[in-house]
Amino acid sequence: MSKVIRDVRRVLELVGIEDGATISFHHHLRDGDSCLLMIMDAIAEMGVKELVLAPSSLTNAHERLVDYIRDGTISKIYTSGLRGRLGRAISEGIMDTPVVIRSHGGRARAIESGDVNIDVAFVAVSEADEEGNANGLRGRNAFGSLGYALVDVRYAKKVVLITDNLKPFPLDTISIPQYLVDYVLVVDSIGDNSKIATGTTRLTRNPLDLRIAHYSAEVIANSGYLAPNFSFQTGASGAALATAMFVRDRMLEKGIKGNFVLGGITSYMVQMLEEGLFSVAFDVQSFDAAVTSSILKNHNHIEIDASFYANPRNKGCLVNRLDVVVLGAMEIDTDFNVNVLTGFNGVLQGASGGHEDTAFGSKLTVVVAPSFRMRIPTVKDRVSTVVTPGRDVDVFVTERGIAVNPRREELFDRLLKAGLPVMDMHSLKKKVESITGVPSPVTFGDKTVAIVEYRDGSVIDEVKQVA
Amino acid sequence: MRLRRSMLYVPGNSPSMIQNAHIYGADSILLDLEDSVPLEEKDAARELVRMALSYLNFEDVEVTVRINPLDTAFGVDDLHAVALPMLDAVRLPKASCPEDVKRLSDLLTEIEEENGLERGRIHIHPMIETAVGVENAFLIARASERVDAITIGGQDLTADMGVVKTEEGVELLYPRMRVVMAAKAAGIDALDTVYADVNDAEGLKKEALMVKRLGFTGKAAIHPNQIGVINGVFSPSEEEVEEALRIVKASLLASKEGKGVVVVDGKMVDLPVVKRAKRILMLAGVDFDV
Repeated sequence: MSKVIRDVRRVLELVGIEDGATISFHHHLRDGDSCLLMIMDAIAEMGVKELVLAPSSLTNAHERLVDYIRDGTISKIYTSGLRGRLGRAISEGIMDTPVVIRSHGGRARAIESGDVNIDVAFVAVSEADEEGNANGLRGRNAFGSLGYALVDVRYAKKVVLITDNLKPFPLDTISIPQYLVDYVLVVDSIGDNSKIATGTTRLTRNPLDLRIAHYSAEVIANSGYLAPNFSFQTGASGAALATAMFVRDRMLEKGIKGNFVLGGITSYMVQMLEEGLFSVAFDVQSFDAAVTSSILKNHNHIEIDASFYANPRNKGCLVNRLDVVVLGAMEIDTDFNVNVLTGFNGVLQGASGGHEDTAFGSKLTVVVAPSFRMRIPTVKDRVSTVVTPGRDVDVFVTERGIAVNPRREELFDRLLKAGLPVMDMHSLKKKVESITGVPSPVTFGDKTVAIVEYRDGSVIDEVKQVA
Repeated sequence: MRLRRSMLYVPGNSPSMIQNAHIYGADSILLDLEDSVPLEEKDAARELVRMALSYLNFEDVEVTVRINPLDTAFGVDDLHAVALPMLDAVRLPKASCPEDVKRLSDLLTEIEEENGLERGRIHIHPMIETAVGVENAFLIARASERVDAITIGGQDLTADMGVVKTEEGVELLYPRMRVVMAAKAAGIDALDTVYADVNDAEGLKKEALMVKRLGFTGKAAIHPNQIGVINGVFSPSEEEVEEALRIVKASLLASKEGKGVVVVDGKMVDLPVVKRAKRILMLAGVDFDV
């Protein structure tokens, strides 16, 4: 019997979705994904209830899930992030069971350890053959690495590929091999890959971000870690991405060649790879559809799965080899704990992502953020939600000053000697509050709406309902 | 002596830009009440800049305000609003003759007295942007003790000359040289006009290098992203700093030993050369008194 199915309803009947089943998706198409809702619409129509939704993350493309929570189709969610109307509704308490937030490494761990048992993994691919060999690299909706889904396909009981680009057997580029695949669902469109690179993943011209990036690169250059063979990752915020530009200048100036770049790979990282500034790019997620051609033609641009990337419980993940990571923050506190999940109003509007994974693994963790946003200071006495513990954060860089974790006294001295505006976190907080004043704290209700799991499976924090 | 390589223009009607004006590494900021503020916002901008000068902390950055010309309906009111302790200098647009500067200086003296400020503390930066102004540059530079820098305004000046501002800048060569010479003769700084294409870092660098060769000590920036390039061009190179250090050390040694003649690398060094070396060290942030 052929694996190729052209009807959504038919494939759902074949895999046998039942009440309470756990289903998974990936978010490589980010805001351009249309597979998750396509499947959910069909499941809801079948009247299946109390599903556990376990995607690698949820984006602005998934706001309509609110309706399926309200009507009982979905009763539980595991994800890395929540945004927009969905994040708002969950913060307001529409779910009876709290959402479980996991990092990318933590999710891989949970799946491999059996904490999460996926019944059916629905995997959007941009190219597949009729046996179920597939990749995300070719086709009109190519999106690059399949990193997050590569864990799901190995552990899910059933695997359904979704593609808008069926090719004759065999493909010459195979990220997912046929022996893991039950069905290939052929649809008109898996989404719109032009929506992968949103504002947050493009290089910024914003002078404030560039100023922060300049400082952040100076921190790296004077930290002692910018040395031959160093390894590097940046998060997806404007200032974090822009740091790479200034780090590149310093590498060229000093004639330094690095070892590898890791994580979400942008076209700028590809450029540095092609210039020979790094030997290898390990790509768990391509932040730009343009990156896909590089994976296809460049042997040193390697697609990796999320476990290889950051699972703390396998036999060795790549984040542990990182020298320097630059990450963003919504809030940071005087103990250097970082919140990348809830906004200034306490509402879920971010993602754990690889934040705590890379902060743990790297030798130097630099967190960058404007010192205040819309009159709200970034530095708090206590962040509303801890995602990354302060013990893993070394330096916090803003446009108005740089705070060094007291655990890294030697780093403070180095940066001071380099003429950088270093200070302790309390002074930085005071400095910002002299401009903004001290905002009154957000008031939360008693109900827990999300549990934030640390990468090892322990609970690091809880998110309460907004009042 | 004050470091004045880059001067960032900030529209006086933009609270968010004013609030962050000093963080980009500019040596000076220029809060503008003149050309970047539309007519209907003149009053609001004046009040905003007054509040900024009263309550914000711009740290070590030199704070200047470009007022509207004194012969407009706004100039005098601007001056009364912004002559506050935090203000380092007033930029006077369209300065065409020494009397323009003297009038501003006299007004400042009155306001300083009224407000109990130290007399003569607020400096004046006349902006040369008319043909008459170019011809009077030296007289303008010497018109008041308060003048410690003069600047050239390329847009208005080329308009007054009836020519177009070009990439190579031949039309501004004479005015630039005249303004530089006036500044040198008066012993003050000379600041060059803005480079309008904010996305062309190469073009900006080329123009900055050119005006540095003419003798300008700094250049205005119209966007924060231009400051790094400008500071880079107007900062001395490592070789220049090393040479300057040798000269200053030799001169300190000579005066200690009571010798009148300073010798560096086997060559006699004149006093102006020592002075120039000290300026280079100042620009490089090297402490040479110890």
